[in-house]
Amino acid sequence: MDIFSNISLILDAKTLALILGSTITGVLIGALPGLSSGMAIALLLPFTIYLEPSQAIAAMAALYCGGTFGGSITAILINAPGAPPAAATAFDGFPMAQKGQAGKALGMAAVSSVVGGVISLMVLITFAPTLARIAYKFGPPEYFALAIFGLSMLASISSKSPVKNLIGGLIGLFVATIGVHLTTGISRFTFGVDELFEGISFVPVLIGLFAMSEILVQASKSELLLERIKFSAIKLPSISEFKSCGKSILRSSGIGTFIGILPAEGGTVSAMIGYNEARRWSKNKENFGKGEIEGVAAPESANNAATGGAMIPTLALGIPGSATTAVILGGFQIHGLRAGPYLFEQQPDLLYTIFYGMLLANFIFLVFGLMGAKIFSRISLIPRGYLWPSVFVFCLVGSYGLSQSMVDVYIMLISGVMGFFLRRYGFSPAPIIMGIVLGELVENSLAQSIIIFDQNIFMFFTRPICLLFFGLTFLSLFYRPIKNLIMKGKKDE
Amino acid sequence: MINIKKILSVLFSAILLISATATNSIAIDKIHFVIGGGAGGGWDGTARGTGEALTKAGFLKSASFENMSGGGGGKALAYMINTKPENTVLVQSTPLVLRSITRHKGYVSGSGTLSYKDVVPIAGVIGDYGAIAVAKNSPYKNFADVVKAYKADPNSIKMAGGSVRGSMDHLIGALAFQAAGANPNDVAYIPYDAGGKALAGLLSGETQIISTGLGELMGARDQVRIIGITAPDRVSDAPDAPTLKEQGYDVQFVNWRGFFGPPGMSNKDKKAIAKMLGDVQKTPEWETVRARNAWVNIYNPDKKFVKFLKTQTKEMTDLMKKLGVI
Repeated sequence: MDIFSNISLILDAKTLALILGSTITGVLIGALPGLSSGMAIALLLPFTIYLEPSQAIAAMAALYCGGTFGGSITAILINAPGAPPAAATAFDGFPMAQKGQAGKALGMAAVSSVVGGVISLMVLITFAPTLARIAYKFGPPEYFALAIFGLSMLASISSKSPVKNLIGGLIGLFVATIGVHLTTGISRFTFGVDELFEGISFVPVLIGLFAMSEILVQASKSELLLERIKFSAIKLPSISEFKSCGKSILRSSGIGTFIGILPAEGGTVSAMIGYNEARRWSKNKENFGKGEIEGVAAPESANNAATGGAMIPTLALGIPGSATTAVILGGFQIHGLRAGPYLFEQQPDLLYTIFYGMLLANFIFLVFGLMGAKIFSRISLIPRGYLWPSVFVFCLVGSYGLSQSMVDVYIMLISGVMGFFLRRYGFSPAPIIMGIVLGELVENSLAQSIIIFDQNIFMFFTRPICLLFFGLTFLSLFYRPIKNLIMKGKKDE
Repeated sequence: MINIKKILSVLFSAILLISATATNSIAIDKIHFVIGGGAGGGWDGTARGTGEALTKAGFLKSASFENMSGGGGGKALAYMINTKPENTVLVQSTPLVLRSITRHKGYVSGSGTLSYKDVVPIAGVIGDYGAIAVAKNSPYKNFADVVKAYKADPNSIKMAGGSVRGSMDHLIGALAFQAAGANPNDVAYIPYDAGGKALAGLLSGETQIISTGLGELMGARDQVRIIGITAPDRVSDAPDAPTLKEQGYDVQFVNWRGFFGPPGMSNKDKKAIAKMLGDVQKTPEWETVRARNAWVNIYNPDKKFVKFLKTQTKEMTDLMKKLGVI
């Protein structure tokens, strides 16, 4: 493969400047709660008409990479994930920042993001045309099995009590049912309110549960307990800390690339599953949710790996693997390019331009992220009296900005107050978020599968991929009781 | 005395008339477009594209745009009705008709149900026909093959679409099966939550046919075979796609996109904007925008537009009742 001979495609000043600018813009936009990279690309799309197609596509791809990474910055520092894929990063990232390890968390996020991103790009360039075919094997029944596997981790997703986690998960599942039901067209829990017909949007709930409730928690603390300013905040992670997370990063990169390839799911589900798996295999399970560095590395490498993964079906089949790649696909059309099986034959250079554009973007945000980590982490040194009121403004603007709807702002405020009380009574926001993310997937894919199977639900057991995930689900639920039984049996002997 | 009064009043009204026409002729040199969806969506593209062509071709001095998402366009519609903004038009499409049917079980005058009758229909400008397609390697060569297979075994045909049951995608396929003498409610419809996912469902073999907009399928013509479109004649952008009509199925459906004024908009303003929207379609500036977006010109002004909306409402209400979604 002549990968290296093609690097000249992006080696001109204008393209390089565009990639640099787009990556940094992406990081900054991604960091703002409520503003996603997809939205940024949609807004910038009309301006790319004046660029060469390859430059425009490279710029969009770079924006996508930068935006996905940017979400982690605010997730870690102020518990307000800048973008949905960074939701899982806040689970452990923010507790780390609270412990005065903001720099460590940010540094880990930058490095694991790059590893995930680069691995997925290698997969993209090597296997794009072949891998795209695997995605076809994933129909609604397989998504259902995957989502069930994800939900099997609900009870243990946070360190809080399993019963409370399950209750949280159910709240999330309930929120996911609001709106018009996909296969029947019946509206549920909408009470005739126009804005609820399309369901509760995920972003305002996310901002409310994480950031808004955090503001309330902070506000309820006595000012007398002024925390000592922690200068250790700006310390980056050590080599041994990177090494200790190596396995998680690699595992998550694989998970993220794979889930990214699936036509329906992108960074958010990847990050959730990456986080779950890191926790499952970790020796320090009980530290997850309390500021475990692996809990930052895993979702970050997964959600960035999903960027490269999501580009695969987008380019190879013309079927977007995530919301943002759907917008990028729109960009293709504006420039007269048709994504699909013939793209690589007709425009072989384009694949390399995207590959290098994204690769470069990854290294730009590594440098930007590591250098920036020291600067950004000073945010945690800002006195709380100034910091949290400004976060409140971000919450309002972020939830409004998504679709310019006041209803979203109300949803954010309600979720914030709910989140505050739930946290007070020992519930964690993590299972609620997971319930919402996987709830819609699990319900829609089940309803679709039932139609596909002509109402015979036992047909699930005729699909190998479903059986695999059902098997994993069974193990994940009954691993401990079975292990205990065997251990007990051994003792008895 | 009487004469003087008469002369005065004639003079006065003449002055009024002149000043009124004078102000009106300069009144519409700028239009504000209200868009009920976010940046990058279909409504957004229609409004911005039309605004661009109108200004570049010299019909307007300036065009401004405002995205007002929420409630599937309901928020923008309510804004038009409640604030009656001047020199402002709302971009809408077939879902305006569908939402008033599904959410309110048909339009009831004066009940605040928000339908096209609450705003002033100016003109439909472009449209997208519905299309039914199969995967390239499918054994079905035309819609008659599909109908035959369905009648032999109703479980053998499943139809994918990019939106919920009762949505436009579903209705397009249901119309076709209805025209073939089948009960549209019995045809298995698998909704996906995006057009791309529905296409993936078709290509992976989960479903045998896809029912969606022609525009949605244009980018995937390497992978699918279009076996029927809901246009009256074949379209120039896809000459190899047969119409359902030529195959003997009397189905016509168009997902129109058009513009609406606030309630109380004067007849004069309405006519002026409708004319402008028609005239601009003859300019090269419009053609640039149209070609870029692969739109189909379907200009349908004023009274014709209202009549069309009325017919579409009736047809869709009947069909949706059959489908049991209302």
